[in-house]
Order: sequence, then C-alpha cells, then structure tokens
Amino acid sequence: MSLMKRISLIFRSKANRALDRAEDPRETLDYSYQRQLELLNKVRRGVADVATSRKRVELQLNQLEQQQAKLSGQAQKAIDMGREDLAREALTRKSGLSAQINDLTAQHAQLQGEEEKLVLAQQRLQAKVEAFRTRKETIKANYSAAEAQTRIGEAMSGIGEEMGDVGMAIQRAEDKTANMQARAGAIDDLLASGALDDVTAIGGGDDITRELDAMSSASDVEAELAALKSGKSGTQAIEAPEGTDVLSTDEARERTEGNA
Amino acid sequence: MIIRILGEGQYDVPEAAVAELNALDAVVDSAVRAGNEAAFADALRELLAGVRRVGTLHAVDSLDASDLILPMEDATLLEVQDLLADDGLIPG
Repeated sequence: MSLMKRISLIFRSKANRALDRAEDPRETLDYSYQRQLELLNKVRRGVADVATSRKRVELQLNQLEQQQAKLSGQAQKAIDMGREDLAREALTRKSGLSAQINDLTAQHAQLQGEEEKLVLAQQRLQAKVEAFRTRKETIKANYSAAEAQTRIGEAMSGIGEEMGDVGMAIQRAEDKTANMQARAGAIDDLLASGALDDVTAIGGGDDITRELDAMSSASDVEAELAALKSGKSGTQAIEAPEGTDVLSTDEARERTEGNA
Repeated sequence: MIIRILGEGQYDVPEAAVAELNALDAVVDSAVRAGNEAAFADALRELLAGVRRVGTLHAVDSLDASDLILPMEDATLLEVQDLLADDGLIPG
C-alpha cells in the first residue's frame, strides 16, 4: 500500500476513535469544540514562544556583532600603535565570534521558518474551528440524535485531521525551540562570563583594552607634550579610533535591523 | 481528490493527475521501506512539488477530510516511521 494511503488510514482511525468516546453524538460536538479551542490556544502560545526565542537570538546576534565591531576597532588601533601581537589577538577573538554569529544566524532563520509555519497553522485551524462552530449549531438545532450521527461524523473527520496536523506542528516547533534554547543559554553564559565583556564599560575591559589604554595614555601624554612644545592644542590625534568604533557599531545595528 | 500535506494544508488534485503522483509516491514508499534517508528526502520533495503543481488550495474553512495525507516537507525518515506507527507522532 502506498505511503499516502497508509498515513491517511492512521489519521482516520484516530479521528474515529475520538468520535466513539461520547454516548450522545451531539455531546461529541461540544467536547470536540472545547478541544479545538484548547488547541487554538496552544498554537497561539506556541507562536508566542517561538517569537520569544527568535527575539532572544536577535538580541544575542546584535551583541555579538557589536563585539565583533569593537574587536575590529581594537585591532586597527593596535596596528596604528605598531602592536601587531595585540592586533592578532583581537582578530583571533573576532574570528571566534564569527562562528557563533554564523550559528546564530542559521538558528534565527530556522526559528523564523517555524514561526511562519505556526502562524499559518493557526490561521488554518482558526478558519476550520469557526466553520465547525457554525456546523455544530446547525446540527444541534435541526437534527435528531440519530440523524445527527452522520453529519457529526462528516464534520468530525475534517476537523480531527486538522487538529492532528496542527498538534504535530506544535510538537515539532516545541522540540526545535527547546533544542535552540539550550544553545542560546550557552551563548548567554558566554556573554555573562566576561569572555565577551563590553570593553567600553568604564573601569571594565579586557586585557587587550587595558594594554591599549595604557599605551594610549602614554602616547597621549607624548602627543600632548609634543603639541605643547609646538604651541598647538593636541587632542585631535586620539579621536580617530573612537570614530572607527562608532561607525562599526552603526553597521552592526543596520545589519541586525535588516535581519529583523 | 483532496490531498493534505502535513504542516501546509489541503490541496484539490484532479483525478487525471493521480497516476503521476502515485508513481512519485511509490518512489517515496520504497525509500522509506529501504530506510534510505537521502533517497527519501529527494523523493518526498518531488512528490510534494508534484502535489503543489497539479493541485489548488482547498477552501481553508471546509471541514472535508482528505483522501490522502502526505508528510511535511522537512520530515525525517524517523518521523515518517513514527507517523506510520499507530501510537506514534499523531496526537490524540
């Protein structure tokens, strides 16, 4: 027997079993309608959960991209000061971040896909539940229990199939999201551990920043001395790295907004 | 006839196209039986593309049951085997 046929038979036998549960077939209608509403709520929650996970990944991507831009700025600054060793260290850390960013970007795309699927599933189920409610009222008003049986069977098999389909879609989305949340948790830990500290924080910073700062202040003193000697006011030279940083951060933000 | 692609919805498929789809379905079926994941993924994609090509979306607010049901596009072999097990993937 073909695959399509086998899957359809399994679906149908499940729907029929659900139908057999009630004594009065008209009770089956109300019972099923309750279950439909519950499922609809479950889909709505599913959509919200996936959206939350997606936003979390967006936030993390944003942070990692900002961090990457900062490391670029640091590498440039280190090169300007003739410290190739520091520049190499900054670039090494930056490339480590690239792997994380690629991973998160893929996760983001997957979550977006799940979210879209669930939104469509919600719309389909919503339309069918609405149709079922109308049909249910008609059957209850117009038919005796015996006559209603056939019509109920017709309505039930269609909605039962949709519920099976949507129920499966939610289950799959939950499984995938749970898997990603574990990995998102690992990134949060990484961000919190200080390995990716915000190097611009006052009094904070990693070893690269501290060394660059120490060098900057040393060279600033020299620059100021030189400026004093030549009679100019000498603060322009130290502003260039700041400008680089601001530009990179803007780029990172634009990229993140593009993804959103 | 009405064919449902799980996760996507129902399609109205003209009877004339069913033979063509059955041929594609046979390929999927044999890949499932052989447990060949790669062949299964390719064959399933082709079968679903066939249904979308010859079919039109069935009214979303109808309560009609499908004549045939197909797995979701990204289904794994394991998931399809679960679908075929009576107490498997399908809730309820």
